[in-house]
Amino acid sequence: MTQSSVDLPPKGGFSFDLCKRNDMLTQKGLKAPSFLKTGTTIVGLIFKDGVILGADTRATEGPIVADKNCEKIHYMAPNIYCCGAGTAADTEAVTDMVSSQLRLHRYQTGRDSRVITALTLLKKHLFNYQGHVSAALVLGGVDITGPHLHTIYPHGSTDTLPFATMGSGSLAAMSVFEAKYKEGLTRDEGIKLVAEAICSGIFNDLGSGSNVDICVITKGHKEYLRNYMEPNPRTYVSSKGYSFTKKTEVLLTKITPLSERVEIVEVAGEAMEE
Amino acid sequence: MSIFEYNGSAVVAMVGKNCFAIASDRRLGVQLQTIATDFQRISKIHDHLFIGLSGLATDVQTLYQRLVFRHKLYQLREERDMKPETFASLVSAILYEKRFGPFLCQPVIAGLGDDNKPFICTMDSIGAKELAKDFVVSGTASESLYGACEAMYKPDMEAEELFETISQALLSSVDRDCLSGWGGHVYVVTPNEVKERILKGRMD
Repeated sequence: MTQSSVDLPPKGGFSFDLCKRNDMLTQKGLKAPSFLKTGTTIVGLIFKDGVILGADTRATEGPIVADKNCEKIHYMAPNIYCCGAGTAADTEAVTDMVSSQLRLHRYQTGRDSRVITALTLLKKHLFNYQGHVSAALVLGGVDITGPHLHTIYPHGSTDTLPFATMGSGSLAAMSVFEAKYKEGLTRDEGIKLVAEAICSGIFNDLGSGSNVDICVITKGHKEYLRNYMEPNPRTYVSSKGYSFTKKTEVLLTKITPLSERVEIVEVAGEAMEE
Repeated sequence: MSIFEYNGSAVVAMVGKNCFAIASDRRLGVQLQTIATDFQRISKIHDHLFIGLSGLATDVQTLYQRLVFRHKLYQLREERDMKPETFASLVSAILYEKRFGPFLCQPVIAGLGDDNKPFICTMDSIGAKELAKDFVVSGTASESLYGACEAMYKPDMEAEELFETISQALLSSVDRDCLSGWGGHVYVVTPNEVKERILKGRMD
């Protein structure tokens, strides 16, 4: 593949052909780039009728906030959702990939996906790459065998728990859970507890911030509450805005009018005769 | 020194009312020496889709050539242009494929989708998409750009006001960054026309 002169569309999987060049650049003293991380507080808990997942919405690039409202609760199957912490590209790619695999499996078997299936596919992939695919996940869903909640670590180990937290804000959120969790919570109590745990991560952990996203999964039904709580609105927005009295100096302007798209209309008429 | 600081760059895209603007600086340097002052960082994929690439200049050009190739294949198969969301997924997949030996550039994608709804997004060097409704930034001047855009951006600006805002945000941010600058290159795209303008900035 590296020898061919034509860049054919790849057959899938990772390609390592730039590694040698990047190593050479690093040896010359140029530091490798930092990736977009989701500093994060992600949580999950099992309540009376199912599973509630929660996440904050801040994505960081080093110390800078790159995205103030990103989505960390990823769709896996109609009855399974997964929160992701760690390197953003890894969590997105891994959850998308397993979500496609689950869909193909559903078509093959004709049955709803089970949470344990998603768990096994994810842990196999992550263990295979020995922790280099840096994705820490909280996987939750309700299938035919009942509600399930699992955590998956970047090296591929998993835990099955009644309540779980991951990410840099996990300690802050876990303290809320350990104090207030009890079995048999109702839907509203569960949502309130999850929101409280995420808020404690948002306010106490610098890697988490912005808003609270919540996803409630019950048997046969799911509710994705995007931006359920917004405890950090912009405090002062100038109503006047900026007015630029001195205009930008332009050296050259080139205007390209875009042609109207031609619409082809089939006119029902007589067929051609020989 | 970071690999991204080898050539220096600044790219920003903003959303307006049924239009978008994408702007970049024009400097190409080798660490602290300036080699060119007319480097093209923003390239057209099709009439309503532009991509600006910041980072290592060789990867900027290579990645652009590969993306144009893939888009042309798509055009031949589908007989139409790619939608901006689809293109963003394509770029993300191409970058993630090289997860352990990445292209050392960060793209900013801007396009007009269905119903002339503007779409912008940026990615890190391994393809983590970041969709935004207001503005996206990338490059060595990104920290200043975040601050300038956050302050100057207003929703639903018309094309002329959008041009003014993005130009002022770009020029004031690159003034605080040694590695980018030497003028600006701004594209403002509305459903009917593409206005390309070159800005006069500080040449230091």
